[in-house]
Amino acid sequence: MNSETLNTLDSYSKNKYKYGFVTEIDEEKPKKGLNEDIIKFISLKKNEPEWMLEWRLKAFSKWKKMKEPKWANLSFPEIDYQDIYYYSAPKGFEKKPKDLSEVDPKLIETYNKLGIPLEEQKVLAGVAVDVVFDSVSVATTYKGELEKLGIIFCSIGEAIQKHPDLIKKYLGSVIPAGDHSFSALNSAVFTDGSFVYIPEGVKCPMELSTYFRINAENTGQFERTLIIADKGSYVSYLEGCTAPKRDDNQLHAANVELIALEDAEIKYSTVQNWYPGDEEGKGGIYNFVTKRGLCAGKNSKISWTQVETGSAITWKYPSCILKGDNSIGEFYSVAITNNFQQADTGTKMTHIGKNTKSKIISKGISLGNSQNTYRGEVSFLRKAEKARNYTQCDSLLVGNQCGAHTVPYIDSKNNTAVIEHEASTSKINEDQLYYCRQRGLSHEEAVSLIVNGFCKQVLQELPMEFAVEAQKLVSISLEGSVG
Amino acid sequence: MFLEIKDLSVKIENKNILKSLNLDINKGEVHAIMGPNGSGKSTLANVLAGKEDYEILNGRINFKDNDLFDLNIEERAQEGMFLAFQYPVEIPGVNITPFLHSAINSKRKRMNEEEIDNLSFAKLLKSKASDLGINIDMLKRSVNTGFSGGEKKRYEILQMSILNPDLAILDETDSGLDIDALKIVTDGVNKLKTKDNSFLIITHYQKLLDYIKPDYVHVMVNGSIVKSGGSEIAAEIEKDGFQKFQ
Repeated sequence: MNSETLNTLDSYSKNKYKYGFVTEIDEEKPKKGLNEDIIKFISLKKNEPEWMLEWRLKAFSKWKKMKEPKWANLSFPEIDYQDIYYYSAPKGFEKKPKDLSEVDPKLIETYNKLGIPLEEQKVLAGVAVDVVFDSVSVATTYKGELEKLGIIFCSIGEAIQKHPDLIKKYLGSVIPAGDHSFSALNSAVFTDGSFVYIPEGVKCPMELSTYFRINAENTGQFERTLIIADKGSYVSYLEGCTAPKRDDNQLHAANVELIALEDAEIKYSTVQNWYPGDEEGKGGIYNFVTKRGLCAGKNSKISWTQVETGSAITWKYPSCILKGDNSIGEFYSVAITNNFQQADTGTKMTHIGKNTKSKIISKGISLGNSQNTYRGEVSFLRKAEKARNYTQCDSLLVGNQCGAHTVPYIDSKNNTAVIEHEASTSKINEDQLYYCRQRGLSHEEAVSLIVNGFCKQVLQELPMEFAVEAQKLVSISLEGSVG
Repeated sequence: MFLEIKDLSVKIENKNILKSLNLDINKGEVHAIMGPNGSGKSTLANVLAGKEDYEILNGRINFKDNDLFDLNIEERAQEGMFLAFQYPVEIPGVNITPFLHSAINSKRKRMNEEEIDNLSFAKLLKSKASDLGINIDMLKRSVNTGFSGGEKKRYEILQMSILNPDLAILDETDSGLDIDALKIVTDGVNKLKTKDNSFLIITHYQKLLDYIKPDYVHVMVNGSIVKSGGSEIAAEIEKDGFQKFQ
């Protein structure tokens, strides 16, 4: 590697995180610590019915008996669950504000700074947004318009009160509380998140989006999202996230459940940009997320697309259970790690129905001292006749101190299954850099161009409105110089 | 003087490649360098473009009143130096339209010229492509990716015509081209030629020089220019080979 490349690498390590500011706002916080009282407090704050509290407490009793899953290629100090705030809300959110005039101007300012204006007329055309600040949903845009089509798009807290039948039927149906310790934890203390229901035959006319922001110190964010696409419906959903720069690590443990009934399609995209910690690995979000979709009906389809650039630790495997015959699961992922970030991410495709298909495209880019692992499991159960999987995992290394790892598991109990797996690991190519620079592009521009090209297969899966943003984010994660 | 190479000695991995090489090129001139394999022709092209694998032992290069060694690769390109590569590298996933658009704007920025917008650039690219007989569909593909040898070379010439360099270095652009592709490429070069720009054409065979008429031909052997003259030298080489110059 020549000196110029090393210089540029050095400038990467001076990563600046432009979302790292803190909003000074009065917060309502109960004491730190995890116990039945805090769960009762959350449930009370959310004005929840009795059955919901019981559901939470049951999950909590499961959690107490569980240990964290340890199989990931991650190292971090033990999480002290008693040293975390489990609820934090800006004051004045006892009731969700009816419109923006009731929202603290500081909050509106925060979102303007993040590039997520809350006023509908300023929001990206054709995108409805639910905004979650620490533990509460701040605003949901375009609600009225969606209601006309019978689409429900609201915070999960609101759904628990207004749509208890759907919640009782589906919450925890894809990710049981007792699945593992993080799902149990989330089930016990989740605070807010989004709920989406698309009625039979309805194609949702706009992108639905949730934007998560962690602001308060030492606070965990435990969001819960549930999306149900009824027969023959379609929805595309996007999630974005940021957090202030802090020296302490913060825990984020989300659960996202998707259910696609017969002929329904759900497209779920994530742009994860939690604070990754500083160049010495201090601070940053611990991102332990469980995302799972159930293709319950025939011909249903669930597609996950993720761009993971943030967090000190990412532990995340958006998965598909392909139960309905002919159902399709897809996973497109870009994971970029820099400095001391660690990512262990991938997917799980479980083929149960006949003729089920899955496709996995994973692109990992490692810089600095980071470790980037793809972990995937593709399994074919006995009845999965003629099921197919295609997996492609590519890793790109930029520098000499980072690591890229690929851990694919394949398990087939049906011998008609067809499995294809391709994997590659490469270093950033000096000839490509030379070529770009000979045309007049700077070294940084050239790296960003080449990496964006490397990720293109995934980035092009993102909804149009966000593809450009995601490209920029990829460049910023590399340069670290755009403030 | 437009380009002045004085006493240039260069080594790579302990091997001396260029030895006290001298070459002057004026505005509006076309120079051809011919020489056998391993004579150092491509090294000269890469040293001019700024590739970092080489160690400069001695000598200096002036380009448009700059000490060339003060400029890095992209600065040289922005100053108007263009290298048409012998083996253009594939860059998967990078569409050629935005790639060239960024390239031309980085040059304009350095020249304190206004950047060219998307629409005007798309028009410019289309018209240049059709001038060179390049299919518009090729502009939708990734840089050099999946191109045939001939397509790659044609695409180099397209980039050259977009970037409109002051000094274009063609490194064995004729290698691997059939006669039709060779005509398209050389036509492109001839169209670009004005009294204000210069060409340095590196080639192994005389064939290319049937289509591009050089003002000067230099014979390079073992890292030095051993003979310079007009196009009659090319004919000499065609007849007798490089043997007699060694």
